[in-house]
Amino acid sequence: MKKILATATAIVALAVGIGSANAADKLKACWMYVGPHNDGGYSEGHDVGRQMVQKELGDKVETSYVESIAEGPDAERALERLARSGCEIIFSTSFGFMDPTIKVAAKFPKVKFEHATGFKTAPNVGTYNARFYEGRYIAGQIAAKQSKSGVAGYIVSFPIPEVVMGINSFMLGAQSINPDFKLKIVWVNSWFDPAKEADAAKALFDQGADIITQHTDSPAPLQIAQERGLHGFGQAHNMYDFAPKAQYTAIIDTWGPYYVKRVNAVLDGTWKAEQIWDGLKDGILHMADYTNLPDDVVASAKDTQAKIEAGTLHPFKGPIFKQDGTEVIGEGKTLDDGTLLSMNWYVKGIDDKLPQ
Amino acid sequence: MLEGILLTIITAATPLLFASIGELVTERSGVLNLGVEGMMAMGAVIGFAVAHSTGNIALGVVGAILAGMAMAALFGVVTLIFVANQVASGLALTLFGLGLSGLIGDAFVGVPGAGLARVSIPGLSELPVVGLLLRLDPLTYLAVAITTAVSWFLFRMRGGLILRAVGDSHVSAHALGYSVIRVRFMAVLFGGACSGLAGAYLSLVYTPQWTQAMTAGRGWIALALVVFGTWLPGRVAIGALLFGGVSILQLHAQALGVGVPSQFLSALPYLTTVIVLVIISRNRALVRANTPAALGQSFVPDR
Repeated sequence: MKKILATATAIVALAVGIGSANAADKLKACWMYVGPHNDGGYSEGHDVGRQMVQKELGDKVETSYVESIAEGPDAERALERLARSGCEIIFSTSFGFMDPTIKVAAKFPKVKFEHATGFKTAPNVGTYNARFYEGRYIAGQIAAKQSKSGVAGYIVSFPIPEVVMGINSFMLGAQSINPDFKLKIVWVNSWFDPAKEADAAKALFDQGADIITQHTDSPAPLQIAQERGLHGFGQAHNMYDFAPKAQYTAIIDTWGPYYVKRVNAVLDGTWKAEQIWDGLKDGILHMADYTNLPDDVVASAKDTQAKIEAGTLHPFKGPIFKQDGTEVIGEGKTLDDGTLLSMNWYVKGIDDKLPQ
Repeated sequence: MLEGILLTIITAATPLLFASIGELVTERSGVLNLGVEGMMAMGAVIGFAVAHSTGNIALGVVGAILAGMAMAALFGVVTLIFVANQVASGLALTLFGLGLSGLIGDAFVGVPGAGLARVSIPGLSELPVVGLLLRLDPLTYLAVAITTAVSWFLFRMRGGLILRAVGDSHVSAHALGYSVIRVRFMAVLFGGACSGLAGAYLSLVYTPQWTQAMTAGRGWIALALVVFGTWLPGRVAIGALLFGGVSILQLHAQALGVGVPSQFLSALPYLTTVIVLVIISRNRALVRANTPAALGQSFVPDR
């Protein structure tokens, strides 16, 4: 028994030794996900990006990830562990990781941090985000064209600016086609709970919505849409396989090229903390193939997409009014990024009250 | 719309009913198994994996039952034979089940499942209200059947009497010549089978897909429902319907635009359960009459 133990210890020691020897000449890049790395949605989108880094940079990097980290104190502990374990750049990929990232970054000034979808920065903390709202505007237009009842359902996670911005953009898109379009909103207070998301979809359909969209991460709502012969949009990932008859299109995050660029910047020493917010034209955001739609709707969706990419159409172009009718921005002007990233009000036409 | 709501309430209650009725039998035998969530997760992944690989959903359900029982057997060996602490072992079983299911299910993430079709009887299923009860999925009927059978078994059959005797006083039952360990092991296995079914319901009926942690805490709610139902099958069923009902109705309330904060509405099912629990617990005599007196106590037969 003693001998086995000794051998085992030797092997472990050897393995650790080899591990640290390798780590010395490889850049260690680490990721932290809010959900499972293969959730079929948001976190998987980031993991696909990580794999691209590993593939493109090969021997120069060693990538690793931690998954299903709860937003809050757990996130802080996980980040600290990553920083201590020798990660030189850490991508923390959920809005709720923002404060933990800033806090841990202050303790590890030599480690570089990049936080997805947040707005706080530090000398060693950059932020990056995709302009999801561009895709949601297109989805809103499609919904208004396709809906018979004129009501869409929206399943949402938490009342943070990113989510509110998406709701408003979807609604503005829909209103650009049908000014009387209605939106029913259900908060499930979770990023990922397939059964609850499915129940929310059922409730929305039962109350007259005939199209759903979501800002939660599982394909369950689309499965319900398919079961009922109705339609919806995929979120963060192409969910076509789960509901081939129900998905119109999906907003797909494509983080890979950005990750490669940033890790390369660390490798050649040019990394600086920046705030990056790219959209459809930069390729960080993709629309899944337009399916289950008549040709003219596909054509107009593609047209809108081209205009957004060309910069001739901005979803948040004035005049925009708040729920109570006050004007946020006048004709011809566009909301600036700061306003978008701190959005905590609904546009006119949404009946729901925003949880504060 | 009303029918739709009723239907979703029943669907939401079914996995909870499966898991809690199984745990009820386990606890009635004097064993506290906190591993329900882990057993459910294993049932969900094995159920999905088998159904997907064989193309046969019935086989998937059988697989889920066996997976739940295998987990329960592990718990039984550790706590009944090696007399480990039940609370610690149950918690470990949950963590183990969640982790292992993630590992096993890795290849099945992002794979769409077929889903179990609803039963429908032409003509009858179209009737209002009654018709609704005739077009549920087969597993829901099974859940009702199991609940009825458990109630019958516990209070009308000799075996049930022995099981309750073991749960109330293992020393006396042992003195009378009953094998405490065997009775408890069977009760634990039954609980595992039911938890497996609850998991299968999630991954095969509720949302035909597998993803890690898709049980989302439902195993813990099932554990609470057993206490909520004061260890009586009928009450546990009512508790499951109540919890399912409030969680569905709060979604409807939101879709209707009720001006109450969504966070409060989301917490409502839990709040309601706690409040009803408090009200029920005021009748101490009744709670004491039904609480298995030897719950959570290990039994070591003197040799």
